[in-house]
Amino acid sequence: MKSGFLAKNPSVLWFLLILAVFTLGVTFLSHAYGPGAISTSMVKTLGKTLCLCLIAIAMDLVWGYTGILSLGHFAFFGLGGYMIGMWLMYERTRDIVLKSAGEFPMTPQEVNDAIGTQIFGVVGGSDLPAIWTFAGNLPMQLLFVVLVPGLLALIFGWLAFRSRVTGVYLSILTQAMTLALSLYLFQNESGLRGNNGLSGLQNIPGVSAGQDHLSIWFLWASALALGLGYIAASLIVSGKFGSVIRGIRDDEARVRFLGYSVEGYKLFVFTLTAVIAAIAGALYYPQAGIINPGEMAPIASIYLAVWVAIGGRGRLYGAVMGAAFVSIVSSWFTGGRVPDLPLGFYTIDWVDWWQVLLGLAFVLVTLFAPKGLSGLIDLFEGIRRPNRHGAPLGLDKGSFREEEAQE
Amino acid sequence: MRKFLIALGIVLALALPGLAQDAGDAPQAEATQSEATGLRAVLQDYAKQIAKPSRRTIGPVIEAVAGSGEGASRFLQAWSDKRVGLRESDGAFFIVKKSGSEYELSDPVTGEPAGTAPKSDIKEVKPNSGVRAEIGVALVRFLLSDPDPKKRREALTAIDRNGEASHLEPLRASIPDEPDPAIKAEKQRLERLLTIRFGKDAEERVAAIDSFGADLGLDFRATLNPLVATTRKVFEGAPEGNVAETLKPGRDIPEDEAYAMLVSADLAPARISASEMQQALAAHVENGQVGGLPLAAMADPAKREEAYATLAAAGEVPTRLTDAEAAALVADHQFADIYAEPDPEVTAAAEAALTRVSRTVAGMQTVDLGLDALSLASIYFLAAIGLAITFGVMGVINMAHGEFITMGAYTGYVVQLFVPDYTLSILIALPLAFAITFGAGVAMERLVIRYLYKRPLETLLATFGISIALQQLFKNIFGTQARPLTSPPWLEGAWTLNDVVSISYIRIAIFVLALIFLALYLWVMRKTRLGLEVRAVTQNPSMAASMGINPDRINMLAFGFGSGIAGIAGVAIGLFAKVTSEMGQDYIVQSFMTVVVGGVGSIFGTLAGATLIGVLQKGIEWLNPSNTLAAQTYMILFIIIFIQFRPRGIIALKGRAAGD
Repeated sequence: MKSGFLAKNPSVLWFLLILAVFTLGVTFLSHAYGPGAISTSMVKTLGKTLCLCLIAIAMDLVWGYTGILSLGHFAFFGLGGYMIGMWLMYERTRDIVLKSAGEFPMTPQEVNDAIGTQIFGVVGGSDLPAIWTFAGNLPMQLLFVVLVPGLLALIFGWLAFRSRVTGVYLSILTQAMTLALSLYLFQNESGLRGNNGLSGLQNIPGVSAGQDHLSIWFLWASALALGLGYIAASLIVSGKFGSVIRGIRDDEARVRFLGYSVEGYKLFVFTLTAVIAAIAGALYYPQAGIINPGEMAPIASIYLAVWVAIGGRGRLYGAVMGAAFVSIVSSWFTGGRVPDLPLGFYTIDWVDWWQVLLGLAFVLVTLFAPKGLSGLIDLFEGIRRPNRHGAPLGLDKGSFREEEAQE
Repeated sequence: MRKFLIALGIVLALALPGLAQDAGDAPQAEATQSEATGLRAVLQDYAKQIAKPSRRTIGPVIEAVAGSGEGASRFLQAWSDKRVGLRESDGAFFIVKKSGSEYELSDPVTGEPAGTAPKSDIKEVKPNSGVRAEIGVALVRFLLSDPDPKKRREALTAIDRNGEASHLEPLRASIPDEPDPAIKAEKQRLERLLTIRFGKDAEERVAAIDSFGADLGLDFRATLNPLVATTRKVFEGAPEGNVAETLKPGRDIPEDEAYAMLVSADLAPARISASEMQQALAAHVENGQVGGLPLAAMADPAKREEAYATLAAAGEVPTRLTDAEAAALVADHQFADIYAEPDPEVTAAAEAALTRVSRTVAGMQTVDLGLDALSLASIYFLAAIGLAITFGVMGVINMAHGEFITMGAYTGYVVQLFVPDYTLSILIALPLAFAITFGAGVAMERLVIRYLYKRPLETLLATFGISIALQQLFKNIFGTQARPLTSPPWLEGAWTLNDVVSISYIRIAIFVLALIFLALYLWVMRKTRLGLEVRAVTQNPSMAASMGINPDRINMLAFGFGSGIAGIAGVAIGLFAKVTSEMGQDYIVQSFMTVVVGGVGSIFGTLAGATLIGVLQKGIEWLNPSNTLAAQTYMILFIIIFIQFRPRGIIALKGRAAGD
């Protein structure tokens, strides 16, 4: 029995439909193309959320499907942001320098020096470091968005997988990598402005349109990237490749004994998801306007795992739901828009207590609802799982895990 | 006869100032005392010189006064302070003090009051600064042989701080009679230091320098450093003076700097800089042309030079030296570092001594670094030992371990709020922190972890959820600012071996605490029933259960034990680091690294891991001292690579104990 890709993945059409409706809805309610019911900052928040959904898909691929709990994908996200940020900052500074120079032409050396002083004045430097060599070259920097995190993931993954580091050890190792990277970027010597990070990224050089329009364009770009990412991820997990990586998740040794190159599969997924994360980052930070090493701290990657877990691992739409839900609820709570809860003896200020709530909710989800929010969809569709306490599922369903089977 | 005896007294005083007073008691000197009355006689003899002192003739007078016995130092002090007056009626000297329109007089020899005198009758003696300096030297001699050891020390400190060439003689003279061996050693050391600076010839100074060998004292280095200080100078011909090093422009000093030196020495004209040239060009733009070239061409540096040369030829701007001309000027001159000290022998000896010293200092710094690394290692070990139980033995990954450390530190802080005595409060805080974190650990195990023993990745996530909740909870309760946890007074200060090596007592205490916990862990795991049962449950829970062990209870206790140790580590760490809600975060990654690098399941592995990480971090910090962030970065990179070669850590468990 052969059936098409869409028939096997009904969620893709639904997902694309919802995404399209959402994007159009936001567009026609925005300041730029409609009555302005949704403020520009809200549009930016929504656009950023779409980018977070994209990295959540990457995380779901690597964790939910392949079983590698990577605590380093936010580092790739940040690196992607830095790569595009370098171009944005360089070009913008160059425009400023040229504008302020007057009519007497500057030598290329003078232009470079002026840009260096402008950008690195805050950290007490004036020279452009070597890593900024291609900063004025958009195609090169776009290539770096993919290449730098991809290569880092490739080298790190190769080192880690070939020495058979698995499970929690791998998680700790990826966390250490993230910590090392963020500590490195915190130094002024790293040539990326230390803890000041890169700023002013919301201005796109050579584009005269205002933020109202820019934010909508970025929303479109983010939605497009998310849609393509979703389709790509669905393609990966639905075929034979998907079966192999799920096999690796469930029992690595068996897959290896069946003759598959487990390390190769893992490395591919790890690197690919790193690239997806980097692309998401490159779309995210122009909307955020600023990037600094604090964004890449290990805690961010753990939050990423939290989103995916709350949304539901092992399903692409689950990851998207988790990221969207948690980041929007989180910005709602931390924005101070939730009324305080007076208890008589103590008033709960949600700005302070949100993290406690999130932490506890996370524990509860892990303990009692491993399927996360996407379990709600099962409930809605009336899909129930057989509760066999780990007993075999029977001949025809023998390859399924309990939570994948349907009653 | 009297003159002879005085002369004898002077000679004695010069040679043996310390003995001078003793000599007064000797039988043959008794006659002198009764007949000539020491100082009084000297004052009478030299009345004229004392009243109108001049630098040229005062030398013998001061010596006579200094050697005159009782009252001499008092008189010299008063003389130097301009408090000596001459009573014109009888020509006698008194120490005077102005009070209203009169002077209060006191006897210069005995110091007793001698009535008053009207202003007109007293002529104040006012020695000039040259004379006062001579008197000062004589006074130093007195202070250095003062019977009171405290005064002698004060004099030594004063000379040490502000030594002069004139101090050298009296200091040397005072050494043989010094009764206190400690002060004598100080005097001898100071004498050698002063000799280095003011010795009469190079030979003597070099000998003094060499006598120190590779002494580590800061005073020795402080004496040598001015000798080898250099100034950078430019010469038209060969360098003059005591040359430390001749400098080749381009190699030893940048060409620009060399040229700037020429300019400041008025040997070359100031160059017109690139920006001045640009301004000059910008000021001469005519019809879109500069010096015959189009404005747009000015983006090219070579074209700018060309345009400027055209303008200069037309006389519109001052001519500018070309790079080649400037380089030729620099090449025509010699540049050298010149020692401030003119004597090459002395500077050579000083350089050699400094090299010796710095070699010893480097050795000592290695020792110091080793101590630092050891104390850092014991901190990591303390932070990681609890983890060695929960993660190493039970295989439960507890991301909230850092928060248990914080919890312990806050317990210490709260105890100190109620118990003001620091020693007592620490003694209360240690067991209390253990109890509280033990309870927290047990609660966490019962409520969360026991459901997740089969799902280690989810344990990681769930405990991480607890970690962020706890962290925010601490923030809500204790605020974001750092809270003090004060160590008891007997832990303050440092154990100092010499000027280089020192280690604070608190770090020693942490080292000892780490050793105690190592012993405690070994005892619990190897000698107690609990340890036996923990090991049994770790290796095979179902077999252990069938032998009558309750695995649930054992897991709970073991987890509580590991958490409790984290609490105690928190108190210890809080004593020297600031207590904030995020302090646990700073240690959690390092702690996991320590356990993983060391080898999971082995306490000695954890010890080795902590030592490795401590030594590594301090070593990297030493290579790049300004940047502790870089040290951590490189250390983590090293660990990632290390795990490539020993994926199971330094001490890998083998056989059945290794589990899977």
